[in-house]
Amino acid sequence: MKLFQWIGTQWHALPDYAHSTVYILALTIVLILSVAYLTLWERKLIGWMQMRRGPNRVRLFGIPHTEYIGQPFADVVKLLIKEIVIPARSNKVLFRLAPAITLIPAFAAWAVVPLFPGFAIAKVDAGLLYVLSLTSVGVYGVILAGWASNSKYAFLGAMRSAAQIVAYEIAMGFALVGVLMAAGSLNLGTIVEQQRGAPAHWNIVWLFPLFMVYFISGVAETNRAPFDVAEGESEIVAGFHVEYSGMAFALFFLAEYANMILVTGLTAIFFLGGWLSPLDGYLPADSALRSVPLLGLALGDGLQWLALKIFLLLCVFLWLRATFPRYRYDQIMRLGWKILIPITIVWIALEGVLAWFHVGPWRV
Amino acid sequence: MLVEILFYSFATIVVLAGAGVIMARNPVHAALSLVLCFLTSAVLWMLIEAEFLAIVLVLVYVGAVMVLFLFVVMMLDINIEEMRRGFRRYVVPGAVITAMLVAEIVGVIVQRRLGLDVTRGAVPLPPGYSNATDLGIALFTRYAYAIEIAAMLLLVAIIAAISLTMRRRRGLKVQDIAAQVGVRASDRLRVVKMDAEPRQ
Repeated sequence: MKLFQWIGTQWHALPDYAHSTVYILALTIVLILSVAYLTLWERKLIGWMQMRRGPNRVRLFGIPHTEYIGQPFADVVKLLIKEIVIPARSNKVLFRLAPAITLIPAFAAWAVVPLFPGFAIAKVDAGLLYVLSLTSVGVYGVILAGWASNSKYAFLGAMRSAAQIVAYEIAMGFALVGVLMAAGSLNLGTIVEQQRGAPAHWNIVWLFPLFMVYFISGVAETNRAPFDVAEGESEIVAGFHVEYSGMAFALFFLAEYANMILVTGLTAIFFLGGWLSPLDGYLPADSALRSVPLLGLALGDGLQWLALKIFLLLCVFLWLRATFPRYRYDQIMRLGWKILIPITIVWIALEGVLAWFHVGPWRV
Repeated sequence: MLVEILFYSFATIVVLAGAGVIMARNPVHAALSLVLCFLTSAVLWMLIEAEFLAIVLVLVYVGAVMVLFLFVVMMLDINIEEMRRGFRRYVVPGAVITAMLVAEIVGVIVQRRLGLDVTRGAVPLPPGYSNATDLGIALFTRYAYAIEIAAMLLLVAIIAAISLTMRRRRGLKVQDIAAQVGVRASDRLRVVKMDAEPRQ
């Protein structure tokens, strides 16, 4: 006990930037590990959906009964020892810079995400705008990768991706306008707090169309199937990262999965009550269950619920990929501009009317 | 002290990036320098605690405008040498405008024409102060008419831009999306039930 107390006092004595640095490092390590295991989970889950086994070879350090647990590490080692080929007439600086530009926003956006009650690394007032602006910066990596490669396939992929992301960003932004109208704040922590009460108070109930628009735009924004025309293996080989190999390719891969986790995390926060427990309002506050040591903690609000919501949404992402064929390019544009954006505009107007007559849980 | 170090390092980057915009030989590099310029300007605004404006600058200019700009610049085959030929023609007007801008900056910093002490640095805002709230209240109360007029102008501009691209060439083959979406499996596919053929 003495040791823990000593560590506690030392921790509090540290300056603010030391605290932030530790939080950032911890979060980054957790995110990278999640990304690694998300790639494995994707292959396993889609395997099961398609009546296959998926990866089933690599054990963790040869320990028995850990089949496939070591797969992500084997993949990383394989990619690390591969040569990074830089095309002869490419723009070498931008070619090297592009993977980093895609990856950085996917991690940086987590700074404002509220992880458990009262905690975010940076409690920024304009957090929602910060997230939006960072996700929109990520597209530069894709465009630059396509252009710097000096390859027609890569360039076509980059063009497709840029047009798609610009189109769906509008729908995404409008869907979030509905959320910030409901919360009356741009602060992500406040947005979660506003949904407190019961799952019936979560934004998904009153803003269901906006939730659908946001989630679909999120799939399009991360270039995931069925919106993965930017990669389009059957038409343009692998799209914008066709010239990348080894670890440079792995960074794009990492960015895609990190973006998936980010988009699902934001969906959970905006529409599914973030770290709020779904038992709120059903399990009385003085219930005997809440005083059971570990279970009581698990049933209350906290990171575990946010993680569970993210996990379930990620499974939907993978499910979509296992189910749908790729969209045709003009259909993607039509869906974005002619269906999703009008839906958001109608629902925002409706929400304004509802708020005017004090229907619904929001306070405006 | 830290703020000063940050300010001068980012200000240097802004100036260098701004020079890059007009000096770069490759138009894509020029556009990217402009992006860097916007990003570092956002950081400078952040230093005077105008975080709402800083984030919106990144969101609108870096996230949307410059992406489209880059998009176009990458596709066009711009000949830089040809563009440089006009350099001499623009030297005189350019010099006049530069002189005016320098005079304005001197007027504000040295003569204190606006009564602002710009050498002292920004005054820290009280904790709990929200930039977004204040800006929203000012825009929708004091400047309500101005913002409505600006909004109308933007709407007109959007409609004009769309109608400019809506020209239909004659003889153009287009897909009827409604027909494509409205198609049913029964229109395309007929399941025929038949007995197994007898063994030969």
